[in-house]
Amino acid sequence: MGEELVRRLAADGWSVAALARREGPLLELKANATRGAVHVHAHDVTDTAAIAPLFETIVREMGGIDLFIFAAGVMPEVGAEEYNTEKDFLQFAVNLGGFVAWANEVALYMQSARAGTIVGISSIAGDRGRKPNPAYHTSKAAMSTFLESLRNRLSAYDVHVCTIKPGTVLTPMTEGLEGLKWPISVEAAVSDILRAIEKKKNTAYVPFRWQLVSLVIQHIPSMVFRKLNF
Amino acid sequence: MSVFGFPAREADQVRTSYQSIEAWGMTHRADARVFHPTHVDQVRTALAATRKDGVSIGPRGTGCSYGDASVNGGGHTMDITGMNRILSFDDETGVADCEAGVTIEGLWKHALPRGYWPTVVSGTMFPTLAGTMGANIHGKNNFRVGTIGDSILEFDIVTPDGELHTCSREANSELFHAAIGGFGLLGIFTRVKIGTKKVHSGNLEVSAYATANLREMMQYFEAHKATSDYLVGWIDCFGKGKMLGRGLVHDARYLQPGEEEGDLAESFSLGYQELPANIMGLFPKGELWHALKYFTNDSGMRLINGTKFVSGLFEANSPPVRQSHAAFAFLLDYVPNWKRAYGDGGLIQYQPFVPEETAHDVYSECLKWSQKKGIVPYLGVFKRHIHDPFLMTYSTGGWSMAMDFKVTASNRDEVWEHAKELTEIVLEGGGRFYFAKDLVIGPGDAKRMFPAENLAKFLELKRSHDPECLLQTDMWRRVFEPLTRG
Repeated sequence: MGEELVRRLAADGWSVAALARREGPLLELKANATRGAVHVHAHDVTDTAAIAPLFETIVREMGGIDLFIFAAGVMPEVGAEEYNTEKDFLQFAVNLGGFVAWANEVALYMQSARAGTIVGISSIAGDRGRKPNPAYHTSKAAMSTFLESLRNRLSAYDVHVCTIKPGTVLTPMTEGLEGLKWPISVEAAVSDILRAIEKKKNTAYVPFRWQLVSLVIQHIPSMVFRKLNF
Repeated sequence: MSVFGFPAREADQVRTSYQSIEAWGMTHRADARVFHPTHVDQVRTALAATRKDGVSIGPRGTGCSYGDASVNGGGHTMDITGMNRILSFDDETGVADCEAGVTIEGLWKHALPRGYWPTVVSGTMFPTLAGTMGANIHGKNNFRVGTIGDSILEFDIVTPDGELHTCSREANSELFHAAIGGFGLLGIFTRVKIGTKKVHSGNLEVSAYATANLREMMQYFEAHKATSDYLVGWIDCFGKGKMLGRGLVHDARYLQPGEEEGDLAESFSLGYQELPANIMGLFPKGELWHALKYFTNDSGMRLINGTKFVSGLFEANSPPVRQSHAAFAFLLDYVPNWKRAYGDGGLIQYQPFVPEETAHDVYSECLKWSQKKGIVPYLGVFKRHIHDPFLMTYSTGGWSMAMDFKVTASNRDEVWEHAKELTEIVLEGGGRFYFAKDLVIGPGDAKRMFPAENLAKFLELKRSHDPECLLQTDMWRRVFEPLTRG
């Protein structure tokens, strides 16, 4: 999803700094960028100590930062009866630790500049603790709550914070998973995300129909909820 | 222990961030890497890292200087606010030993429940002691007790070579008198021992007195300066002719032992002193500036100033009132973020200090010229001062008038040009400027306002303590650096 966001933003004329673990795809993005320049940095978000200097480098090379999007996330397959701390902590480290570490750097800068937009790609999966992957649901719930706190803190500084909650998007993360509900393409998801950012939405479900689903899901009582298989 | 990949920090490793560093008046900003030391060793690490990077570093506390005194474009910033522990407080003498990042707020909240109030406080409680020392701030009682430097007993300063010097009037006296009021350019303050004053109530007795013009206000000050503990004049800068400089004096005195009829401990308590955060318990005061926005224009401010003057006439006819120390002292904190009512362009505060002999004429001329040009200050604050022993003092032993000018994208050049013209009037009258506020004067003006030997001494100290010029700010480069080139 991040890759497509970079492609689209650059095509719209933005200067973009793209960060990912592997350098190969980054260089490809850079080479194929249309209009806006793409700066690339190989980076693992769990390497939190590297974030402060890297953030400084990026802001310097781009001469500022208007928009920050955190799209990193992992969702290892967890069996229905599996309890695996290693897998769970990996999700916390990437989805939550990496996000918080980056968001803090960016929040401090944008607060001090009194301008900017922070976007977190959370997930509808954070709206309830369902059966499939307790740590994934937890990491996304925490991410959504953290974003809400940031929004409440930063609105006084004219910084906008947008929480994106995608449903099922056909990305490498969902590859090979069966029984996906209403899957949409990455391109479609990114279009929705960019529109939500532009409209300064606080929370946007992608696509919108998931907001209605979520409304229902959030009101199902536990007695019933625990019997459901999804 | 490492948490989420974040390695444990060694004692001398210092946290950094990258921020947009802004002048308090919002008229000036620059991005910078910010070091957040919490210990003297980390201050040294930051200085060494700056040297290695081949750039400069500017000291900064809470960023309350109106101008560019704590902004360092193109270099790093040393944020001292993490060193904010009060190390000890002597209940017998009221002497506080503090890390230099302790704020005036931290100090008074610690001291008052013990029966002491900081001898000198600014109009806002947020500055750090390091910042107040660098600027050598004063309060509404400058004419009685001097500047904050006068209540400092001792401090530690880390010079750019990493060495820590303990300075007092007895030890390292030269550095003591130069670093206080030295704009943070000689070293980083890390610890300060400061005296506070024993008080016999959490309240002051405050009376108001309306003055029809500047002359009357000055006469009131002169008649009361021997007996009052605090005197501050508010000036309606829109007043003309015989009403030029009309305003309102607030005159306060400490209560004597036994004068407090209420519960003494209760009056000292923070709950009693604290400014309420909400209006009617609900509407957060932090949002009030939005409403004020509609008045920060000439007609709105003419209306507000006029209304304040008229209501002041009534206030002046009423008997004195008891007001808490915090409520009286920290007028600027009443409406949080009030500066934002000035809009995105912000404001500058122009505060000339003028000797007794020329003060009336200089200020009258400033007001008249501002009115004639149609660039009228939206707020005027008048104070009385005495001489102090610090090398780079702004005091002329006379008076000061602080004038707030609104800055917008379109009037900025005009305001600067106007300030330049006022500066000519002020310097002709033997006046000086105060770098906690200033954003407009140049090296030539500095040369005219400081005695030549003081300026030479300061630049010599800068050369000897900081030969590489590691400590810099935009203010240094605007005003002093050009003077080092002869």
